[in-house]
Amino acid sequence: MRLDELTRPDFPILQRIVNGRPLVYFDSGASSQKPRAVLEAMNRYYERSHANVHRSIHTLGEEATELYELARDAVQRFIGAPSREEVVFTRGTTDGLGLIAETIGRTLGRGDEIVVTELEHHSNLIPWQLVAKDRGALLKAVPILADGTLDLTALDRLLTARTRVVAFAHVSNVLGTITPVTEIVRRARAVNALTVVDGAQAAPHLRLDVSALECDFYVFSAHKMLGPTGIGVLYGRRAVLDSLEPGRGGSEMIKEVWIDHAQWNDLPWRFEPGTPPIAEAVGLTAAIEYLEKLGLERVTEHERALTRQTHEGLARIPGVTVYGPPPEVERGAVVSFAVAGLHPHDVAALLDAEGIAVRAGHHCAMPLMRRLGVVGTSRATFSVFNSPDEVGLLLTTVAGLRSAL
Amino acid sequence: MSGTTPSASGLYSDVIRDRWRRPRHRGELPGANAVAEDVNPLCGDRVRMMLAVAPEGRITEARFVGDSCAICTASADVVADLIAGRSRGEAAALDVGEVLAVLQAEIRPTRMRCVTLPLSVLAKALDGSAKR
Repeated sequence: MRLDELTRPDFPILQRIVNGRPLVYFDSGASSQKPRAVLEAMNRYYERSHANVHRSIHTLGEEATELYELARDAVQRFIGAPSREEVVFTRGTTDGLGLIAETIGRTLGRGDEIVVTELEHHSNLIPWQLVAKDRGALLKAVPILADGTLDLTALDRLLTARTRVVAFAHVSNVLGTITPVTEIVRRARAVNALTVVDGAQAAPHLRLDVSALECDFYVFSAHKMLGPTGIGVLYGRRAVLDSLEPGRGGSEMIKEVWIDHAQWNDLPWRFEPGTPPIAEAVGLTAAIEYLEKLGLERVTEHERALTRQTHEGLARIPGVTVYGPPPEVERGAVVSFAVAGLHPHDVAALLDAEGIAVRAGHHCAMPLMRRLGVVGTSRATFSVFNSPDEVGLLLTTVAGLRSAL
Repeated sequence: MSGTTPSASGLYSDVIRDRWRRPRHRGELPGANAVAEDVNPLCGDRVRMMLAVAPEGRITEARFVGDSCAICTASADVVADLIAGRSRGEAAALDVGEVLAVLQAEIRPTRMRCVTLPLSVLAKALDGSAKR
């Protein structure tokens, strides 16, 4: 049985009729839909066990704490982290990247250097711009080559003895490019720079193993991987987390407090001020269990077939340009394209009229758009529930678009 | 399904289609003395409005250029149409309702910024030229 045939009954939202047509959801890269198991787990939590975590000395408080901490174990297993203390919950990828940029940022001095790439989502660019401005640090970007991959020769030129951080996406949210994480980490290590990987577009699609990637930080969101909005993960290598002062303060992250100073809590809670997203953690556990049950290798294989079918099909349509690495190259579950003579927003609106949801615009990657020489692109992204028939419908609909306006 | 040519007829009215295919006022205006440009942060669309304002304050011609969707392009074209011949004050008073009345389309809230971007650029152009 194909993965979509197996999973479609689990996603209630796929019953939706949009503009008179069955919903075809190709926007999981922005936010994926949720299987019933996730919705039920969160409901069950709220109906039976909700209380605040960690300091509630009553039954519900203990249940909530246990469920919240079980999510940490699930994430540790899912990403191959050596220990649970290295898994910090955030509000999402943007929050996690902001948190780590602020935290590392405090250790930077004038003339220190931060390296990002031309592929970055604004969430992995703007926090570093703010830090650079604040600390008098220098921000540099690794350019991309014509095929949408990173120019690693340029990376070698950009890395210097002053490089303190190299921050980059694992999978481009526009081009689908999979960056060579271990290779970049190795080169960054050689100049003693920390590595921060934006895994938002990788987490639901690839088997993750942060121990093998050897990066210092890995950041992603639950809501793009079949889980709820409002929670994300910041994995940090223990030795590095231990060496950093907490970036943000509040409850939960302290052991003892005086008026003029405080003693920080142990990892990971030192980086989790305030009441965390508890129900969302429960939902994330359910999402991880759902993906693990399907098998990440099987998920990758299914989505790669859809990506390839879309890429090759679109490339055959006259007037359609597909961006990013060629179809035979391994890439994420993302296909960005343009239709000659049509603005990406009009493409998305015309597809929506047929019930097909795609993203259009700059995808929060304006420097990359500038590099591609476009205002925006239309983008189809895939998940476990998408089918080859849905891709077929996208292809025939796109083929008819040029006469539509 | 309705064949392979989506219509989205409510959103893309005949007026929008026509003005997208054949805008009347698209292009540079060399003699312009009131110019402004802005972007729509949601989509990155960019519109520049160029006005030729006569000494007594009447707009003799308006043109626009930009990277914009069908709705924004049609809106800019209609705005240029409507303000030609108006005084500076009358042009500044141009209401989005007047533009929508010409476009005759069901613009959803997510696309309303496509309609209003040319109007905010117009306001900026008039404001800038008034200060000179």
